[in-house]
Amino acid sequence: MNKEKEKLIGAYPDATGHFGSYGGRYVGETLIASLAELEEAWKSAKNDPEFMTEFRSMLRDYAGRPTPLDYAGRLSDDIGGARIYLKREDCAHTGAHKINNVIGQGLLAKRMGKKKVIAETGAGQHGVATATIAARFGMECKIFMGVEDIRRQAPNVLRMQLLGAEVIPVTAGTSTLKDAMSAALRYWVAEVEETFYIIGTVSGPHPYPEMVRDLQRVIGDEARAQMLKQVCQLPDLLVACVGGGSNAMGLFYPFLDDPCEMVGVEAAGLGLHTQQHAASISGGSPGALHGAMTYLLQSEEGQIHEAWSISAGLDYPGVGPEHALLHDLHRVTYQGITDLEAVEAFQKLCRFEGIIPALESSHALAYAIKEAKKRSADEIILVCLSGRGDKDLTHITEYLQTNKLKS
Amino acid sequence: MNRIDKTFQKLKQENRKALIAFITAGDPDFETSFQILKAACQAGVDILELGVPFSDPTSDGPVIEAGSARALKSGMSLSKTFKLAARLRQVVDTPIVLFSYYNLLFKHGLNKVASQMSEVGIDGLLVVDLPPEEAGDLRKELSGSEIHIIRLAAPTTTHARLQMLVDGAGGFLYLITRTGVTGTGGLDYSAIEKHTAEVKALCPLPVCLGFGISTAADAAHLAPMADGLIVGSAFVRIIAGTDDKSQMPMLIAEKVKELRKGMDGEVIGP
Repeated sequence: MNKEKEKLIGAYPDATGHFGSYGGRYVGETLIASLAELEEAWKSAKNDPEFMTEFRSMLRDYAGRPTPLDYAGRLSDDIGGARIYLKREDCAHTGAHKINNVIGQGLLAKRMGKKKVIAETGAGQHGVATATIAARFGMECKIFMGVEDIRRQAPNVLRMQLLGAEVIPVTAGTSTLKDAMSAALRYWVAEVEETFYIIGTVSGPHPYPEMVRDLQRVIGDEARAQMLKQVCQLPDLLVACVGGGSNAMGLFYPFLDDPCEMVGVEAAGLGLHTQQHAASISGGSPGALHGAMTYLLQSEEGQIHEAWSISAGLDYPGVGPEHALLHDLHRVTYQGITDLEAVEAFQKLCRFEGIIPALESSHALAYAIKEAKKRSADEIILVCLSGRGDKDLTHITEYLQTNKLKS
Repeated sequence: MNRIDKTFQKLKQENRKALIAFITAGDPDFETSFQILKAACQAGVDILELGVPFSDPTSDGPVIEAGSARALKSGMSLSKTFKLAARLRQVVDTPIVLFSYYNLLFKHGLNKVASQMSEVGIDGLLVVDLPPEEAGDLRKELSGSEIHIIRLAAPTTTHARLQMLVDGAGGFLYLITRTGVTGTGGLDYSAIEKHTAEVKALCPLPVCLGFGISTAADAAHLAPMADGLIVGSAFVRIIAGTDDKSQMPMLIAEKVKELRKGMDGEVIGP
């Protein structure tokens, strides 16, 4: 076996939309025709230079790309180990990497002549990004959001409404991202002819995991070029948080064939030994949900468990199927970070670098800080700072008060 | 011979259409569910679709989702669904189709699913989120058994795809009347009639209509178009709306008879 030599870029998914035994298309018959139509449209769009030029111009002029590669010097000095660089997706328009994907899917919706878009959202970042692009393109927009997330992410709800989107509260199940996605799928089944479903992460039925990865790989493509230009070397370790895993796939993908270690950080909530976490890979098992075979949090009987995390964007009981494959191939390691560790990292970045990170990204940061301590100063850790934390301020203040921690 | 095939053969001779009832196993609890299923079969259901409750039934509307949640809360599972089917098989000879989401079968082990289905006398399997492209493993496990894989076709299914769906399918074709999830009304009879006729011309299996059929009038309109009708949410709604569990079997049986009358032309729809 010569696994190291196997090239991963371009190898997956296969022609049927599978990443090894993961991915695929586990949906009801009504959606099959639309997914086939989407697959064809995406194939033609990504090979159309005009489409890709328009995508790149919008990333530059509208989203503000490239986002900076930023050396977190004071933080690194304080830790006294490896040097930490941040890929500053928080600087992108709407405050997170989510905009990359929605620009691409929005352009594709336009190309396919669809006038209505829908999306699910957890933290609200994908909802805001979708509402943003719908406003820009003059499309009707409905965002499905669990009532629990509406409570946790009030500022983003207001943003979506200001942008002209209708936020539809979802009360089924646990009232979080999983239920919002189920609700969006149900709506899509009924309105499939006119509606484009903009999935926010690298999950769902084929071609979504591949398409969202291809639209998000701009993060890694930029970061790789910036590392070589600004630092004259590739990072030793890449770290990104993983809920569904779109910012992680986006960062990791262009580095998959490089000699870089990679860690995907899952939300360990109150701890992996408890039931209160969202670590589908570290604490789950394979199964099919929301259109894909992947790792899921589930019971022995195959019922899906509630996920738990302080961060609404990571609060999902599944993960993108390509992450499932990269885990099985041992190409990426998946680690857990608890709510408390994430909050500590959040505070640390605020104080040391003047950056308020999203709670999701704080998970990646917390792992990087832990790991940097064990490494020498000639090593480089690249962290995907996937979003900014303004949306989390109320929630984090509550958390600090409840847990009697210093703000 | 498989009980489903036998049933359609007999119905054809009698010039009648199949009434297929979907009811969630264990809703509202194991014992009441057994009584409900038995009453439904004895009241004239031709084929029983036994729904396995799932935490995330994305193809179903709010009525069946709530039924699933009630069943899960009472401790229902796939293993207990097999126990329920086994008990039912001792008292009725009605064909039983297991109606499930794929994750439950995958997690249970497809091999075990196949052998337990045969053991308890289940005749067909319908996996709502498993298109034929993903069904290779399941087909392998069921090959050599008498169990039919029941396929769904939708208004969005192309003719070319329909041919592929029908290959390797058995029992009957479940034709979805309209896009959307289960349990919402608003049926366009003339569109359904046209679509059903197209599908029947291409499909050698009996074609049965489902999604949104809830009244005797619906049944009266649709029965002549197809080989059978599938009714689900209308039954589950009775369970949801009845406080006294002991009344449920009787109310379900009445609903069966009402639909039967509609299908047999004894009720003229508006």
